[in-house]
Amino acid sequence: MSRADSTPHRDDRRNMDWFVDKAVQILVFVAGISAIVFIIGIFVFITKEGVGFIFKSHYALSESVFNLLEEKKMPDTQLDALTPLEGKAFKTSQDLILAVEGVIGVEETRPYKELLVARSLDQPFSLKTFFTSPKWAPTSELKPTYGALALMAGTASVTGLAMLIAIPFSLGAAIYIGEFATGRTRELLKILVELLAAIPSVVWGFIGLSIMNPLIIKVFNVPIGLNVLNAGLILGLMAAPIMTTIAEDALKAVPDRYREAAEAMGATRWQVIFKVVVPASKNGLVAAILLGVGRGFGETMAVLMATGHSINLPTSIFDSVRALTATIAAELGEAAVGSDHYQALFTLGIFLFLVTFLINMTADLVLRGIRKE
Amino acid sequence: MVTAMASLPHIDNPVKLAVKDVAISYGGRTVLESVTFDVHEHEIFGIIGPANSGKTSFLKTLNRMDIFNPSMTFTGQITFNDRDIRKWRNVYSLRKRIGVVFPLPVGLPLTVYENVALAPRLSGVTGKADLDIIVERCLERAALWDEVKDRLDSLGSLLSGGQQQRLTIARALSQEPELLMLDEFSIAVDPVTTMRIEDVLKKLKKEMTIVLVTNLVQQARRLADRMALFLDGEVVEVGITEDLFAGQVKDQRTKDYLDGRFG
Repeated sequence: MSRADSTPHRDDRRNMDWFVDKAVQILVFVAGISAIVFIIGIFVFITKEGVGFIFKSHYALSESVFNLLEEKKMPDTQLDALTPLEGKAFKTSQDLILAVEGVIGVEETRPYKELLVARSLDQPFSLKTFFTSPKWAPTSELKPTYGALALMAGTASVTGLAMLIAIPFSLGAAIYIGEFATGRTRELLKILVELLAAIPSVVWGFIGLSIMNPLIIKVFNVPIGLNVLNAGLILGLMAAPIMTTIAEDALKAVPDRYREAAEAMGATRWQVIFKVVVPASKNGLVAAILLGVGRGFGETMAVLMATGHSINLPTSIFDSVRALTATIAAELGEAAVGSDHYQALFTLGIFLFLVTFLINMTADLVLRGIRKE
Repeated sequence: MVTAMASLPHIDNPVKLAVKDVAISYGGRTVLESVTFDVHEHEIFGIIGPANSGKTSFLKTLNRMDIFNPSMTFTGQITFNDRDIRKWRNVYSLRKRIGVVFPLPVGLPLTVYENVALAPRLSGVTGKADLDIIVERCLERAALWDEVKDRLDSLGSLLSGGQQQRLTIARALSQEPELLMLDEFSIAVDPVTTMRIEDVLKKLKKEMTIVLVTNLVQQARRLADRMALFLDGEVVEVGITEDLFAGQVKDQRTKDYLDGRFG
């Protein structure tokens, strides 16, 4: 290497443009990276508050412990005396035994000590209950229960109905805007659809509450108009615009030469769309639907206002239900920070986060699929 | 000249396509005018001319693809099977009778099999066995069968350029067209494949009428029975290919163009 290479050349100076370029690159890099930071941050926050609860355990006299004590021939008088302690949580087994000794006496407790230490371990939260019990009673005095089945059913039924409405509606709109509408009609429709997507969800909730509610009561002659049907309709209308926009983009991505080639073969407009354009944009359309599902799943305010917010395993679309998101929104404010209730709500949060993550991830992978072609 | 005409057997065939005083314009700007000629059944009619001389626009009007471009209008009269194409009530049935091969191959985003089976399906052929026969026959005639018979289920767009062009031809043939229009089909095809397709076209002539647009003068000479020269937005010459190459021209520009002395 000669000297000339290592000493700066007189024409080779870093000027303003060079520094601006570097600075912009760094700024843009920070902005880009921030998404990752936020995702990780949110995940850590939710997990920190919620995961501990999933594995949390304490010592308590549960029903099964009482049964065991009975088998061990504990006298009825002692059993009755212990009844007020049922379900009460203790940090260690020692605390529990002290409490029992306080009630029935040290000597009387001795024969049962081993059993109490071995069998009184209890978990306030169980995954089995979470997924199979419809009973969501986190504030119960007797025994708090954290069953999210009814909430999941609520969210699923509302989202499902919303998709039944939104999918045909948005695909139809996308096909009209993308394939048939021309010139000003097309531009106007696109602007209006985007405007529709920007309406705040509380406005939709308000519509559900004050317009749909009396309408449903009147039309279907049911006692309550805040139910799966109401929320499903509202959510369907909310999700449709964004789905339309994405589906239309997918249709537009199909090159015109495909349409021309098919038309030249004597295919009708409908045949061209159905046999060529839709199969070619299949991935984009699936992604649009999945993003709609994600939107419906995560929607909170409108669902809180339109479902009726009552815990129910719905058997018809006229049943009121409660959604996962709405539960968190409604209860988090009144739960003491760090309490079981508070943590249980974060557990719901983890579940929501995972499902939304999964849906978005699938949508993204499907979208990636089209770009490859 | 009279002797030369007698040597052409197709000239006595019925007229398949009659073009009379056709002019094409985009938004008021005329790109092609005074096009008048007849195409007879079972002949290959060549249209030659430099780029931007209105050849593709002309083909578009023949199967009413002009409808898709609102600014495109044409005047004059074109009859197909003695019926004015403007009066054709079901434009789809007109297009089904006319097969088109585009300059650049357009493999639809379907499998090789589905590319060829699409047109028969649209016409209501549903039986798998019937479709199999049509697909094999069309690919065979487009000189593609041997190369793709083992990969009928792979995407048509994954074939090589030359194969895709032959796939397009197979697809056009699957319509069982009465008229086949080829628009500079050899642009994206290697010379060997071009010769193979040209051989196919010579055979196909027995079954259908062919309009061949090309900017290769020698290709027109090899294939076309008669041909027209599009130049500067008008048709300067229509005649029997042999005669034109023999120098029997009405317009000096034709001779210059054919001899490659143009521009």
